Amino acid sequence: MAHNVTVYSTPSCPYCIKVKEFLKQNGIEFQNIDVSQDHAQAEEMVRKSGQMGVPVIDIDGKIIIGFDKGKIKQALDI
Amino acid sequence: MHDLIIIGAGPAGITASVYAARKGLKTMVISKDIGGQAALSGDVENYTGYQFISGPELADKFEEHMRRFNIEVKEPEAVLDVVKSSGGLIEIKTDKDTYKARAVIIATGARWRQLNVAGEKEYKNKGLTYCATCDGPLFSGKDVAIIGGGNSAMDAALQLINIAAKIYIINIAPKLTGDEIMIKKVESSDKVAVFNESAVTKITGDTFVRAIKIKHPGGEKTLQVSGVFVEIGLIPNSEIVNNAEKNSRGEIKLGNDNQTSIEGIFAAGDVSDVAEKQIIVAAGEGSKAALGVFKYLARQK
Repeated sequence: MAHNVTVYSTPSCPYCIKVKEFLKQNGIEFQNIDVSQDHAQAEEMVRKSGQMGVPVIDIDGKIIIGFDKGKIKQALDI
Repeated sequence: MHDLIIIGAGPAGITASVYAARKGLKTMVISKDIGGQAALSGDVENYTGYQFISGPELADKFEEHMRRFNIEVKEPEAVLDVVKSSGGLIEIKTDKDTYKARAVIIATGARWRQLNVAGEKEYKNKGLTYCATCDGPLFSGKDVAIIGGGNSAMDAALQLINIAAKIYIINIAPKLTGDEIMIKKVESSDKVAVFNESAVTKITGDTFVRAIKIKHPGGEKTLQVSGVFVEIGLIPNSEIVNNAEKNSRGEIKLGNDNQTSIEGIFAAGDVSDVAEKQIIVAAGEGSKAALGVFKYLARQK
């Protein structure tokens, strides 16, 4: 089953780059939102996650904060 | 059995791995991440050969260089303990396994020092951050405070000048202590206000940071900010080698060839008592440590 995955990131953040690489390596399609450019989406990320650190990953509505490989794998069933 | 296990994959550990591989040592690298603090730096303008490169890009180049060689890399894996066993081998216990090697290089770097004031834990990632490079862009158009007055603080300030509305720098020393070229750039921005001889006493807010309280020579003051960037230096990640001699800051003391007080255990970079904490210094120290290990192992045969 295809998952609905959104990554909220900034271009300079190393863990954001790692999250995206990890998803690509596992063949997971995702929407990337650069919160340094899109302020409305930045607010949305803060609202969803209750905090201001990046990256934030939204997998089918489940919010994961930071590059937490274990939680990401679990949410994606991989 | 490995000739050498390197713990840490920042500039020191990666450079050590490249030198060790080229010397034909059977090498393994164990690290919780790749790139270390270099990957979290903003713009790097003092690494020879690159007039300008971002921290993450430089870290990628380091990793690429390491991956060219046949080096076993265990990442992410956390080392818990390093001890010399009775047979003379060095035992490395991690959260996943136990390994043995003839020599070890500790290149575990350092972590951000915390303020230890009220509100710091509560507001971590709720306005308070230790990584300006990561989280800086979220503070677009907002007022922020940077705590610290050294190079890391100047680096954070230079990134935030392009993003934030107003930047307060809270510096405990009588004047800023970073590189002159960075200080000039920071001080010339009309967005920046510097409070010298000042300390943060409290961070307050609701769900997110709203203000900080500072103590300065003129008295106490409350600054309305929604971001707090803590850049007050580093603590060495030296706890994994209990028995090695350390200085009062907890940095591992080094002798000739980067060997620690325990034979066969070497160290390099920010975890050690080396005088300067710089990417290029850490890289140089990594090469010294690997060459030191090579000589040490040659003497053992």
